[in-house]
Amino acid sequence: MTPATTPATLPALDALPDLPRDADGPVFREPWEASAFAITLELHAAGHFTWDEWATALSQQIRAAQAAGDPDLGNTYYRHWLAALESLVTTKALATPEALDLRAQDWVRAYRNTPHGHPVELKTG
Amino acid sequence: MAHDHHGDEMTEPPSEMALRVQALESLLVEKGLVDLKALDVIIDRYENRVGPRNGAHVVARAWTDPDYLERLRTDATAAIAELDYTGRQGEHMVVVENGPKVHHLVVCTLCSCYPWPVLGLPPAWYKSSPYRSRAVIDPRGVLAEFGTVLDDDVEVKVWDSTSEVRFLVLPERPEGTEGWTMEQLIPLVSRNSMIGVEKARPATEATA
Repeated sequence: MTPATTPATLPALDALPDLPRDADGPVFREPWEASAFAITLELHAAGHFTWDEWATALSQQIRAAQAAGDPDLGNTYYRHWLAALESLVTTKALATPEALDLRAQDWVRAYRNTPHGHPVELKTG
Repeated sequence: MAHDHHGDEMTEPPSEMALRVQALESLLVEKGLVDLKALDVIIDRYENRVGPRNGAHVVARAWTDPDYLERLRTDATAAIAELDYTGRQGEHMVVVENGPKVHHLVVCTLCSCYPWPVLGLPPAWYKSSPYRSRAVIDPRGVLAEFGTVLDDDVEVKVWDSTSEVRFLVLPERPEGTEGWTMEQLIPLVSRNSMIGVEKARPATEATA
């Protein structure tokens, strides 16, 4: 029905170590993985970091996880991805770790205060 | 149709990872650093090629293996888990079978409950308010927009997903595919055919 979206210029996914993918592209196991992936591509496209910086941040996380005993079979890949994204977002001062923690807690409250089946809306403050 | 979303229970927060992404996303959107629509475009670009293969595997297996079809009818959650496709929240899967006289269509009128372990991420239109409301009021009109025109004597049933029950449409096996293997059939099973807005691709469109 809708025409295929014009592919955004893709950064070098090949430069990323062990990205879960098949012949067509990245493979996601859960929706949050796709969101983390999309946020990264967007921040990169807006020039908040270079793809080299991103690949470095990600491989650091993966190496740290491996050193800590993660067998790293691909199922934890996006956990490392998210940790790398959070660290890059905070080192680039796009958000502080405290703000991220607070916001996550706000969301938990929002879920717990929303009757099942209703849209969950965030009330900050 | 009753929409059983457990009216008086509160919503259980998602997994820690999902929460962290949601926190990050909402903060960055608020600061104008990312745009939700742009994120949707990126996700949209990938969703088609990701999850639906799992569902296509389930459907093609059911087309070729009568015992599996029977297990799918009795306990879809377990039959799907046999193929290693399991969800995080343990929601129940129910398979509805299309046939010559009945066509099933899946929607979630309130939000966008979607069987993502088998279908991947919901497409933008599935989450859209027009689809959510019109699928119930005017299912034939919605189907026509997807190019699916049904004879008048075909009954259209609309299934409203909830956070407890997710539906997967088992499309009719296309004509002219007798004797095809599961691998040959999988490419005929589109995501849209498993939501019920389209039929499975005809045998003539097989790439194999």
